[in-house]
Amino acid sequence: MEGLALLIAASLNAGTALAIAGIGLLINERAGILNLGAEGLMLVAAIAGFATAVHTGNPWLAFGVGMVAGALLASCFGVLVIWLNTNQVATGLALSIFGGGFSAFVGIPYVSEKLGEQPQFNVPFLADIPFIGPALFRQHPMVYIAIVLTAAVAWFLYRTRAGLVLRSIGESPESAHALGYPVRRIRLLAVLAGGAMCGLAGAYVSVIYTPLWIEGMTAGKGWIALALTTFATWRPARVLLGAYLFGGVTMLQFYLQGLGVHVPSQFLSMLPYLSTVVVLVLISRNASWIRANMPASLGKAFFPGS
Amino acid sequence: MTLTTKRSLLARTVWTALAAAAVLAGCGKKEEPPAAAAPASAPVAAASAAPAASAAPLKVAFAYLGPAGDHGWTYAHDQAVKAVQKEYGDKIVTSFVENVPESADAERVFRDMATQGNTLIFGTSFGYMEPMLKVAADFPNAKFEHATGFKQTDNLRSYDSRSYQTAYLAGIIAGKMSKSSIIGVVGSIPVPEVIRNIDAYTLGALSVNPKIKTKVVWVNSWFDPPKETEAAQSLINGGADVLLQNTDSTAVLQTAEKNKKFAFGWDSDMSKFAPTAHLASAIINWAPYYSKAVKEALDGTWKGNTATWWGIKEGANDIVAISDQVPADVKELVAKTKAGIADGSFKVFTGPLADNTGKEVLKAGESADDKMLGGLNFYVKGVEGKVPGGDKK
Amino acid sequence: MLRLETRPQPSKAMSFASPLIALAITVLIGVVLFWILGKDPLRGLQMFFVEPMKNLYGLAELSVKATPLILIALGLAVCYRSNVWNIGAEGQYIFGALGGGWIAMQAGPDTAWMGHFYVIPILIGGVLGGMVWAAVVALLRDRFSANEILVSLMLVYVADLLLGWLVNGPWQDPNGHNFPQTITFLAQTKLPRLIPGMRAHIGLVVALVAVACFWVFLFRTYRGFALQVGGLAPAAARYAGFSSRSALWVGLLISGGMAGLAGALEATGPLGQLTPYVASGYGFAAIIVAYVGRLHPVGIVFSGFLMSLFYIGGELAQSRLGLPKALTGVFQGLLLFTLLACDTLIFYRVRWQRAAAAVPAVRPAAALAKEA
Repeated sequence: MEGLALLIAASLNAGTALAIAGIGLLINERAGILNLGAEGLMLVAAIAGFATAVHTGNPWLAFGVGMVAGALLASCFGVLVIWLNTNQVATGLALSIFGGGFSAFVGIPYVSEKLGEQPQFNVPFLADIPFIGPALFRQHPMVYIAIVLTAAVAWFLYRTRAGLVLRSIGESPESAHALGYPVRRIRLLAVLAGGAMCGLAGAYVSVIYTPLWIEGMTAGKGWIALALTTFATWRPARVLLGAYLFGGVTMLQFYLQGLGVHVPSQFLSMLPYLSTVVVLVLISRNASWIRANMPASLGKAFFPGS
Repeated sequence: MTLTTKRSLLARTVWTALAAAAVLAGCGKKEEPPAAAAPASAPVAAASAAPAASAAPLKVAFAYLGPAGDHGWTYAHDQAVKAVQKEYGDKIVTSFVENVPESADAERVFRDMATQGNTLIFGTSFGYMEPMLKVAADFPNAKFEHATGFKQTDNLRSYDSRSYQTAYLAGIIAGKMSKSSIIGVVGSIPVPEVIRNIDAYTLGALSVNPKIKTKVVWVNSWFDPPKETEAAQSLINGGADVLLQNTDSTAVLQTAEKNKKFAFGWDSDMSKFAPTAHLASAIINWAPYYSKAVKEALDGTWKGNTATWWGIKEGANDIVAISDQVPADVKELVAKTKAGIADGSFKVFTGPLADNTGKEVLKAGESADDKMLGGLNFYVKGVEGKVPGGDKK
Repeated sequence: MLRLETRPQPSKAMSFASPLIALAITVLIGVVLFWILGKDPLRGLQMFFVEPMKNLYGLAELSVKATPLILIALGLAVCYRSNVWNIGAEGQYIFGALGGGWIAMQAGPDTAWMGHFYVIPILIGGVLGGMVWAAVVALLRDRFSANEILVSLMLVYVADLLLGWLVNGPWQDPNGHNFPQTITFLAQTKLPRLIPGMRAHIGLVVALVAVACFWVFLFRTYRGFALQVGGLAPAAARYAGFSSRSALWVGLLISGGMAGLAGALEATGPLGQLTPYVASGYGFAAIIVAYVGRLHPVGIVFSGFLMSLFYIGGELAQSRLGLPKALTGVFQGLLLFTLLACDTLIFYRVRWQRAAAAVPAVRPAAALAKEA
């Protein structure tokens, strides 16, 4: 039983970075921008955050720097796809590849660095409830912040005028443009916000989750976060749930190994990726359902005045 | 644009590009003479000609698997390289290339080292074996040293360290310090070296605590800090409170620190990464062997076709930085056992020994010879699970 | 301020010049990076662009590195022109190595009669292996509308892990001391070398032949034309009766097959066995090669060699100058980024315009409503 509680706790921890990045990508995609550069954004933010933490010892400052780094890099992407109308898929890929190489390059002096002692966080009183306590209430504050963030974005999208404008831009930028909304500027804001979220997720990975720096350390989390948005049919709450599910699958491989399950460890390691594929298939199966939920202008370029 | 104009534009571009390349190459060639004056880039001619006994310093090159700053496997090699450079001063010139992948690219790196005039070349990981063999065949005057391998030729020989000896000593400490009687190992790749270490760790712990159980989790990589962290966390979640690793980063130690459990440093002294979790570090000291190899290359006594396997006795392995949390009597036991291993009176793998399916692998009084150790692929009693892919033969 | 003005028609000159401008910008940034790292920029540039080409050995190594890149990029070019976004070429490459490697492992006394022609079944095995893995992506997109970008990418990780399991388990060399590798392939399976003593092998010839074939396919056949129309103008393609479904399958199978071919060539050529490290990132680098080569077979040859220069130059810069290996990744990413930015020059002109003369922004909704 205790093992299961700990597995749940580990899943929440593992899923947090996915959730935050997924929410960021959700904001992007709701505005119609497909940002395949999530992995590169996370990596650059990870080294930026880690470097900050090494030099200042303050993890919250590190998160902030990570968000800024993510937003900055995303702005390059944004200018290219929004104003220069470059192909979103190719530009996103370029961002991923560049982010990977750039972070590896900048991170070289930090490979042997370590961060200071991380305090253990326990929600007072709640953490002592048997089973639920260790499962849910002994997490780093960022785990709870992720939940709050999800709620905030959901509220923003569905209950505010600004959110409505964003969603309408995602469905039909031409109509929004005709109504006089500065489509491109709003899209850029969405890209910046998404970049900041991915940056926060990246900084979390390098400062809290695995307090080390090594090149490529996000190991595909950015791509899984992209899959999450499709899995969640572009709803914030489902992104959160999906992230925890994937976090669970990631930890499951070691849990099963520890239990002595006689499946070769490589197959267990495949679980997160295979489950992503399975989930994508299940979700996409109903093409009309996808069409009904996917922002109509996702991935398409917008030409004002055309 | 018509077809003809398109073709001519293409042709013009191609010629321009070729011309540009030629110009660059020409500029490059002009730069060569001043650059050659620098001692580092000795011309190819001198490389394969005279043996090392000439006045020019011996050029020694190292290929590292990971970054020199990993504070694990590669760091240990790098420290030894620095020590050897200091010891021999200007008789040798050392250089290294890090992050050399264990793929087809490695061949190019070794070939480049040989063509640049390096006559003593070290490859510090198993995966370089085939590339080194190919390059060694093409450069008969250069000497190649391959770590942890099993093929040798006239100008390529292998070397390794008996890390299972220090794993046993770590096991003694683990057995005494574990409260749950469950210890864990974060395994890298299921090769004999790692299986040996898991077994030795378990045997050491069992010798002081017969209730010990060992759990093993594989990350299928020598160096993957995020995965090592997750693996360590899952071992801790499964009840293990003293962890050993065979991977190359400090992630396992740091995870143990976070969870207020214990762990050991591996390959290098990792005590500064986890002040309270660190119990001891099982290190490898490559300096004695590197010094011997350089000496033999310098005075011409270097011979290939050998496999050198050094351990505690020769100073290649040691257990250091034993924490003050370890009680004095345990420290004494470790020191005693260490001395026993060093003078040969104590052998880690001695019968009666059974694997964890109950099959007897060593009879009473028998001890494992190097051949058996080299191909070890069974778990001893006390280790949970099966060796991945291990039931062949 | 700078304004972007749409050109009346896309500029052909820019279409050729854009990759060169992008390369120039990348080199410029590279010089800055070298200077920041405290190394002589000219030596750095020399390491990257001149050293690898200085002698026959260097050119041979360039061709060894460029061959898989060109092969994979050719397949990807067909794919991308059909608007099918295959990002999983790396996984198909691994499967090709598995397929070709498996056939290579069957070589023995009973196949000795084939002599060096045994290489042919090996390469066919590679192509089939890559196709099988790409077919999974195609099937899932076809039947379930699953996004091929994400599926193909996830399958890369799966393929890599599968390779790891095979070389650790069923395919492990029984005499290999339990190390994760297969047997070293027999001499019969080795790819014939082009120049004795060099690593350049017939893969280069295969690649050049493939370039010619793909050029013919894309620009001289009806099928190729249909594929491209499908990618450029899906609605028009539908009216013309070109099936987007067959474009999907053809695109993925071709790119999978080419990636598989590259994988088999690497496994039996430079590697000579299967190890867990077969995947070298060629599948991803080939995406850049395809783009920088303008998705055109001839352009891909040039960009393939350019990318190899980056790789080998990066290695040399590391071993001779002590520059970090990560520079190669930076250059590759930068090149693609700057290329995409420069590509806009094909469709737009840059003009200086004073802010006062700028086209007024869209009138606010209130004004529109008043007019209505």
